[in-house]
This record gives sequence, structure tokens and C-alpha cells, in this order.
Amino acid sequence: MAEIKNYTLNFGPQHPSAHGVLRLILELDGETVVRSDPHIGLLHRGTEKLAEYKPFNQSIGYMDRLDYVSMMCNEHGYVLAIEKLLGIEVPERAQYIRVMFDEITRILNHLLWVGAHALDIGAMTVFLYAFREREDLMDCYEAVSGARLHATYYRPGGVYRDLPDSMPKYKPSKWRSEKELKRLNETREGSLLDFLEAFTERFPGYLDEYETLLTDNRIWKQRTVDIGVVSPERALQLGFTGPMLRGSGIAWDLRKKQPYEVYDKLDFDIPVGKNGDSYDRYLVRMAEMRESNKIIKQCIKWLRENPGPVMAENHKVTPPSREAMKTNMEALIHHFKLFTEGYSVPEGEAYAAVEHPKGEFGIYLVSDGANKPYRLKIRAPGFAHLASLDEMCKGHMIADVVTIIGTQDIVFGEIDR
Amino acid sequence: MKQSLLDLQTQSREALGDAIEKDVIALDEYTIEVDATRWHEVALALRDTLGFEQLIDLCGVDYVAWKRTNWETLEAPNEGFSRGVFDFEEVVSELPLDMPRRFAVVMHLLSVQHNRRIRVRAFIEDTQQPEIDSVVDVWSAANWFEREAFDLFGIIFRGHPDLRRILTDYGFIGHPLRKDFPLTGHVEMRYDPEKARCVYEPVSIENRVNVPRVIRHEPVGEEG
Repeated sequence: MAEIKNYTLNFGPQHPSAHGVLRLILELDGETVVRSDPHIGLLHRGTEKLAEYKPFNQSIGYMDRLDYVSMMCNEHGYVLAIEKLLGIEVPERAQYIRVMFDEITRILNHLLWVGAHALDIGAMTVFLYAFREREDLMDCYEAVSGARLHATYYRPGGVYRDLPDSMPKYKPSKWRSEKELKRLNETREGSLLDFLEAFTERFPGYLDEYETLLTDNRIWKQRTVDIGVVSPERALQLGFTGPMLRGSGIAWDLRKKQPYEVYDKLDFDIPVGKNGDSYDRYLVRMAEMRESNKIIKQCIKWLRENPGPVMAENHKVTPPSREAMKTNMEALIHHFKLFTEGYSVPEGEAYAAVEHPKGEFGIYLVSDGANKPYRLKIRAPGFAHLASLDEMCKGHMIADVVTIIGTQDIVFGEIDR
Repeated sequence: MKQSLLDLQTQSREALGDAIEKDVIALDEYTIEVDATRWHEVALALRDTLGFEQLIDLCGVDYVAWKRTNWETLEAPNEGFSRGVFDFEEVVSELPLDMPRRFAVVMHLLSVQHNRRIRVRAFIEDTQQPEIDSVVDVWSAANWFEREAFDLFGIIFRGHPDLRRILTDYGFIGHPLRKDFPLTGHVEMRYDPEKARCVYEPVSIENRVNVPRVIRHEPVGEEG
């Protein structure tokens, strides 16, 4: 009889289901995974080093490029850390806008996740539907910041500008019929808030569609139930946060437990899983989207009723208005100082964490009193999750590796930094 | 000051005793500085006695360039911006690279049961070969965080099961987040069509300072 030996398989770094540039060295016994060794760093750009050489505000754009599917949440962690060190207050309206966009970002992230995850396991359709909704939400990004992905919208002291009164519209072209154009622009006649409100009305229906496709789908269940089970004790040991931790049955959410901005004034629930397998984590994320939808609705209501400033009036940190610069010498000086040298942040250190769609995204900022960070450490949730891949994959079939990578919601921008 | 932080302070002082060299409550965060030789012991006590069951983050910090600026700003400069563009290597060589207690390891811990956080820092005495105990056996999450700190700062974690580089390239030389490592790095890579493979060459771009690093003391918060 022939001798059977373990053999090693190289998975990635260019593999469609590796969600980016993950190189996995898999040691296999037949089809069973004995050991997996993720090699990361293929997307390492040295964000932390670069930030040490730039004034504080210039690094906000780098934050977008960390987890490039939940851009504004990354910015949020960073500006919170700066605000904590500076000790500045953010106007309430800006806090509501931030919360609203955090939740938009959460839906964006989970939509991409559910689409890509289902695609990996063999359900093609969800991906197409999910991207239809992502399109609408990215239009909101565009309306508010001019960019569909890398927004750089949050600033220390507030947000870059107030919500716009109009939405970008589809233009007539020879590729689109009159009727089609009318349908596309139907909800875009009013302001951004009108558009978003219409979205929140129809979104739960869309979620039901996805759930019809997946939740009771026999193949979906066969591929996810009991795959990558993590006990609550191990989840804590492994540093899991976010849906990965909640999937294992621990009700932990920073928005509830250590509320930042205005989360303590909003009404929402925290979905928690039971078995800690991939299916539970799927259910948790689907339920989270419904909760996010609820939060967005509440924010829209508040924002309609309460106009006001969206940026702190401290011009050592926030730029003065264009109008003031034309007439006021001091405003001109502030503007010049702010955009050449930046502001100096008092000596000290701060850790600010937000409930990012993937888990706890933390920024550890050390300042020696200069206009640039002395040390910036980005605590990316995906980093801790991917570190557990070996443990989660052990004993599973090689096809389940794809499920487990998918369920961890890996994005390499934040892991490699 | 929050009562929960004061409670945490009392409890930590009780549990850790003289392992704490210094503790501070600032910005609603509690930081302790501990003796690096008792790092592992402190970690165990924090997990078992104080209930910090989660290691959120572990990272290195290089304090060699602390409060170093590109130029003095307390008096008006009498030269122009040209002073901001200079050869970076010169400044690096001015750094006291053998400074004791140059490297620190910082942990951020989270207690899910008590809903509180703590920051733990240990300065490592030796600079030439900074070493500290690994806490992988206390929190499994430490594994990759320690590999990262080793990769970026060259801090060696005693007892780590698999201390390899993690973020940098295969065959990388140096520890990029050390302050004496230039921003541009030392080598650049390109594809050489003649040799039909990738080649590494010394960097061709120059180090320069776009915005000089300055320290100003005027207050920024509240009314400025």
C-alpha cells in the first residue's frame, strides 16, 4: 500500500476567496487541514510610520485606506483619539451625523460581507443584490464628501461640512430610457436626508430578500452550521470583538457598554448568537443591519429637527469659514497656521475605540506635544481574528477554510496597515 | 474623576503591590507602569485577580526621539523654509541610540465582566537587545501582537512559540518603526526585465521634511 503523507498547499496570495492578499500555507492530511499558517503583510504600507511624519489632520485620509470597506468608522476612531487628547467638544449635530454615517458604513460593510461570503460558498445572487444597495449608500458618501469610498469626512472637532440639500442625479444618456431615468431619480429629488429616509423604508424589505435566499437555504446551512465553532472562553482569549464575539454568545458592544457620541440616546438592540459557528455569525450580522437601519431612522428624525453647527468653533483646530477669511485677519492667520503647520496636541496618550463593523477598532495615540503624532498604533479587529485562523480551521475540510476566512470578515487594508 | 477608575486603582495597587512603578489616571484612562522583569507575573495577576480576560492590544513604543523637533520655535526663526529641507541621516545620527529605557511595551486590556480598561507599560532596560517575557500563555491573542512588536521594533519576547517577522517582506532587514529607521527605508524593489526577476536596490528617493515637527505650548482646548 502506498504511503500517505501530509502535504503542504499554498493558498493565495492571489486567490479570489482570500479576500485580498492572504497567503496561507496549509498542511493537509488528505482533505483535512492539520495546520494553517497565514502569511500577511503583502499589503503593508506602513501607515503607522507615515502618520508619525505628518500633521494630525493629514493622516485622516490614511484611515480610510485601512479597512477600505468601512471607511468612515476608521476615521471615527482616529478623530476620537485626537479629540480626547485635545479635550475639545464636538457639536451635537456633528455627533448625530457621525453616528448616522457610522451606521451607513456598517450596512455598507455587512452588505459587502454577505455578498462576498455567499459568493465564496457558492450563492451567486446575493452579491448582485447587495451591490445594488451599496450603490445607494455610496451615493450618500458622495453627496456628503465628494468621494464614494475614501471620504475624509470626519475631522477633529466635527465633520467637514453639513449635510447637502440636494442629491446627485443620474443624467440622461443614450444608454438610459426616459422611464429608467425617472425611476432612478425618483428618490433623489429632495435632500440627502429624504433620500436616506426612502432608503431606510425599503431596506428591511431587501434584507428579507437576502434572508429568503440564504437563511433557510439547505446548502447555505450545510456550508456554515458547525463550521468554525468558537466557545465564548476561547473568543475572549483570542481577542475577538464585534460580531465574532457576539456570535459566540457574549453580549458585548461598545456602542452600549462604553457609549461614545450619542449612542446612549438611541434605541437599538444587540443581536447575540448562541453556538459560535459561522451560521450564527451570519445571523448576527444580518440582524445588525436591521438595527443599523433603526439607528439611521432615529438620526434622520433628529437631524431634521435640529439644525446647527457641525464643527467646533475652535479655530486652532478647525478651519475658519471662507467668508471670515476674506474679512478677518485673525481667521486668515488661523487658516494659514492650520494648513501649513497644523495644531500641536498636548503631551499625553489616549486610546479611543469605536465599534467598527468588524469589531473593536482602536487608536492608541501618543503625543509629545508636537504637531505630529509621536506614535500611532492602530488596533485592527481583523488582525486578532485572522490570528485565530489556525485554531478555527484545525480539523476542518479544505473547503471550509474559505467559509472561515469569509466568516471572519477579513479585509487586508486594516490587517497589514 | 470617575469612581470606577479610583476603584480600579485601589484594586490594582492591592493586587500588584510593588510591581507597579508608577500609575496615572489621565483622560479617563488608567495607566500603570510596571517592572519589565515582572511582566509575566503582572499579566497573570491582571487576568486572574482583576478580571482582565481580554488582551485588546499589545505594541512597542520607541522613546528615543521624544520631544525632538526639527527646529526651535520658541523664538522667531531668522532663516527661511530652506532649513526644513535637510539630510535626514544627520538627525538620525544625533539620536542617542544607546539610551537606556528606550523601548517600552504597552498593553491595553479589557475586562468584559467589569466593563473597564487598563493600560500597562513596561520600559525595557537593555537597548541593544531589548527582551521581555511573552504573555502568549496568558492571552492567546498576544501571539501575533508580539510578532508584530518584534518585527517593527526588534523587541524579543522570551518564551514566544513562534517569533517570526509578520508584516514586513520576506528577508527584510531592520525594524521599521524604530525612530532611527528612515521613512523611505533602505531598499527599493523593482522588476528587472534583463535578469527576469525582482531586484532590490538602495533607495533612490531622498528623505525630506514636508512639514517640520514643532512643539508648541499654547493651549488648544477650550478657548484658544
